[in-house]
Amino acid sequence: MAELTELGIAEARNLLAKGSFSSRELTESHIAAVAEASALNAMVTETPEIALAMAEASDERRRKGEAGALEGIPLAIKDLFCTKGVLTTAGSHILDGFTPPYESTVTANLWREGGVMLGKTNMDEFAMGSSNETSYHGAVQNPWRRRGDNRALVPGGSSGGSATAVSGRFAMGATATDTGGSIRQPASFTGTVGCKPTYGRCSRWGVVAFASSLDQAGPITRSVRDNAIMLGAMAGYDPKDSTSARVALPDFEAALTGDVRGLRIGVPKEYVLDGMPGEIEALWQLGIGWLREAGAEIIDISLPHTKYALPAYYIVAPAEASSNLARYDGVRFGLRVPGEDLTEMYENTRAAGFGPEVRRRVLIGTYVLSAGYYDAYYLKAQKVRRLIAQDFRDVYGTVDAILTPSAPSAAFAFGDKADDPIAMYLNDVFTVPANLAGLPGISIPAGLSDDGLPLGLQVLAPAFDEETMFRVAGVLEEAAAFAETPEEWWRSS
Amino acid sequence: MSVDKATVARIAHLARIGVGEEELEPLAAELSGILQWIEQLNEVDTDAVPPMASVHDEGLRWRGDVVNDGDKQADIVANAPDAANGFFAVPKVIE
Amino acid sequence: MNNLVEGATGPWEVVIGLEVHAQVSSRSKLFSGAATAFGAEPNSQVSLVDAGMPGMLPVINEVAVEQAVRSGLGLNARINTYSIFDRKNYFYADLPQGYQISQYLQPIVGEGVVTVDLDDGSSRDIGIERLHLEQDAGKSIHDRHPAKTYVDLNRSGVALMEIVSKPDMRSAEEAGAYVRKVRAILRYLGTCDGNMEEGSMRADVNVSVRRPGEALGIRAEIKNVNSVRFMQQAIAYETNRQIDVLEAGGSIDQETRLFDAQSGTTRPMRSKEEAHDYRYFPDPDLLPLEFSDEFIERIRVSLPELPDAKKQRYMDDLGLSAHDAKILVSEREIAAFFEQVVLGRDPKVTANWVQGEFFAQLSKAERDIADSPISADQLGGLIDLITDQTISGKIAKDVLEFMFESGRDAAVIVAEKGLNQVSDSSAIEAEIDKVIAANTDKVAEFQGGKEKMIGWFVGQVMQATKGKANPQMVNQLLLEKLKA
Ligand SMILES: [Mg+2]
Ligand SMILES: [Zn+2]
Repeated sequence: MAELTELGIAEARNLLAKGSFSSRELTESHIAAVAEASALNAMVTETPEIALAMAEASDERRRKGEAGALEGIPLAIKDLFCTKGVLTTAGSHILDGFTPPYESTVTANLWREGGVMLGKTNMDEFAMGSSNETSYHGAVQNPWRRRGDNRALVPGGSSGGSATAVSGRFAMGATATDTGGSIRQPASFTGTVGCKPTYGRCSRWGVVAFASSLDQAGPITRSVRDNAIMLGAMAGYDPKDSTSARVALPDFEAALTGDVRGLRIGVPKEYVLDGMPGEIEALWQLGIGWLREAGAEIIDISLPHTKYALPAYYIVAPAEASSNLARYDGVRFGLRVPGEDLTEMYENTRAAGFGPEVRRRVLIGTYVLSAGYYDAYYLKAQKVRRLIAQDFRDVYGTVDAILTPSAPSAAFAFGDKADDPIAMYLNDVFTVPANLAGLPGISIPAGLSDDGLPLGLQVLAPAFDEETMFRVAGVLEEAAAFAETPEEWWRSS
Repeated sequence: MSVDKATVARIAHLARIGVGEEELEPLAAELSGILQWIEQLNEVDTDAVPPMASVHDEGLRWRGDVVNDGDKQADIVANAPDAANGFFAVPKVIE
Repeated sequence: MNNLVEGATGPWEVVIGLEVHAQVSSRSKLFSGAATAFGAEPNSQVSLVDAGMPGMLPVINEVAVEQAVRSGLGLNARINTYSIFDRKNYFYADLPQGYQISQYLQPIVGEGVVTVDLDDGSSRDIGIERLHLEQDAGKSIHDRHPAKTYVDLNRSGVALMEIVSKPDMRSAEEAGAYVRKVRAILRYLGTCDGNMEEGSMRADVNVSVRRPGEALGIRAEIKNVNSVRFMQQAIAYETNRQIDVLEAGGSIDQETRLFDAQSGTTRPMRSKEEAHDYRYFPDPDLLPLEFSDEFIERIRVSLPELPDAKKQRYMDDLGLSAHDAKILVSEREIAAFFEQVVLGRDPKVTANWVQGEFFAQLSKAERDIADSPISADQLGGLIDLITDQTISGKIAKDVLEFMFESGRDAAVIVAEKGLNQVSDSSAIEAEIDKVIAANTDKVAEFQGGKEKMIGWFVGQVMQATKGKANPQMVNQLLLEKLKA
């Protein structure tokens, strides 16, 4: 039944509805694929018993004619989402053994729609990273390798485990989160589709917080249609999250009309970077051509403060993180390393519990908020953030969506950037502005690099206009006809 | 702004992260590098720009004053490294 | 009023500012649906939000917002239709999130003023700097285990109003009067029950001393003082300590101190943080708190008459003295009780009975007015019996005591015990004649010019009639006979 893992969510949904196979069969094949993929280290916790029980319950509901939007579909869940009774670590040592007595709103929504949980995916510690090298559980390997080169590559981050599970065909879709690009960049690195919806579209309740004003959950899938289906199931207003938007939830799948005639697509000149690989630039031009051919109007635009998005982000996100991560103190849950007194217990626990990148960001965040520095750093960054958001507002008067590359490079090798935080941070240069402005963005695989690695294009849209985002992404997907898959080298190993 | 060892030690203590003496110097260099990179923001004139507190224009929504939570002591202390009689326990604090 | 404290080297002025933490009267917490009731099992009134569990988020309680606005209006303060919740970051065992959600630069209520009445009959205006909403922390229990501190989060997340005064107070008396007044206002408004024993109200006291006319001195902050008496003791101790330090050539540390009720002294907190650096920033889990002017107006029109207005009305309309009026308005329940008794009755007589004998009986019975053994109507019934001369004031005191013991009406007790006043002049005359006959020496003294003796004769007659004789008649008949 290995071929069942090749199916997308939309196809599987239709075949399940026809009775071609059961959710139990579909789930079993995925459980087997998960087990075979252990070399990729994409899963922190596998939950085959839960998956089978959920699949059986799903088949039962289907028999009763009560199928939800994701009825019987096996999914992987980023370990940042709290799952009731199932270990949740956020990729950190400090959450050792933490078993939440509660279920995040997003995952609860997925189960309500019939989704089946295969397990929890590996990730950069507290979602801080762009390569998955900061996970306490060890790095995830990208299913893709360079042509003729066996060296392991990073899957991107922080949702590298989720992207890998979907790319490697052992989950049909996966939840992910994106604070500065953590859905779109790994999607780009693994040849998958990853969408960060508008801030407030998905509830943050029950999602371990990294940077509250930037964090958004979204799906990683293998097609734009699957993505639209899954986002529809995850999203929705949640009164338990004060930043959740009380807006109507459209039928995202219905937005895939395949028609972009007359749409105005902005191409921001500031996204042309010095030293950007020619293949990225070439792919972008290809995408522009596809949309123009499909009848869209291409408009050159300027987002003048783009350059400042990354440094502003590296103030705002660590500042919020330094406060959000204060609750990991060894008192109520997770790791505790004893000390002579309470203060020493805190310091020992947090020194042992946090890895170097988390520590670095907590220290930066503490510094920029500390007495005497708040105005120069945090306040300054929040002002620049307004300018960045204003840039988008200004252009969305004249364009309907924006097309950019997803990331400035293809997947890189382990250790390539691990010693240079700023080089690592630059991975998010194209994705961070949408987080600062709270706007939706999607990365779709659009081609291969010269050495055979997937490259993504990003579509950005105005706030709460994921429909236009999906519509454009669907047309690009069709034009790109990206059909390559990674060789399943991990199965033989 | 470049930070020195003493600053790193102060910040680490504020953040309650134990940092060994030998780690202070490399951390100071690392943090200084990041801060210097961040400071390109100073090129931007923000004098007339109000800070952005939230991407939403909305105000805060309020909930009704209803008791619909709590009464779950077991759940609250279930993950505690040290708990006794329904309390969390920590090393003795002297005020 | 001269509040200067005489030191060994000259006079000092003490400067006091207060941060009163008042628990908002609400069923559920500021940001969660857990209950706020006092005295439950440890960690039983705790939601996942209050315990700072990963991924948990705050949602604000509308009643807490209303109560803060209500309190602000009661404190004659400016209400801010736009305010911001900030995080105050610090580590403590009973602070589960590692930060307190509070309001820093933009509080919900701005400047206001409270008028306090002092014992000498004067009054003073004390400025309010601000009122903001914030979360309470949990409770650390240090005495249940030799090596451990236990933490109970039941209070974690309970809504508090922090009411910050200006440094306008100059004596322990003023500080006490201020806290009592703020407490009374909040209780009138129903925004805080003011129960200091249960911790619903507590104060951080900032004390400094200076030479008169000089700039403010360095202050010490005495944390969490939970009674007016303790607060006044703490201020007295702290004033003397600081003067002693300064007069010995020392300097005051800006520090946080604890009050020890046993010894009546203050001492520096041992666990004090080096230098506080709370790294306040707007809480990204919450949006700005906004409401309309109409919202404020709706609350304004629902405000009850507050103590100052009530006191003025008692003086202007009921003709009460400032002293009586001040006592009767000091608690909303007392005023309500008085207002019920006074309906259709003489205000001064009623005021005398309420704050005189009735209060005396209440305190003897160790009861609050809220659980008084007799109702306002019952007290009114007693006053009616005095007014229509069924009983004398003296007998009425005994009747009130019986009423407190039995809870029965005055008329029933008077009838049962045969306490009706004797207004039959022949019966009274008979008793007067007996007293005169038995005390010819005293009669002579009286007639020799010692007219004050009349009181003694009245007393004798009243005693002989077991207090039932109408005292006015006794007085009048005695005078007639003695002067005859
Ligand atoms: Mg304070
Ligand atoms: Zn406070």
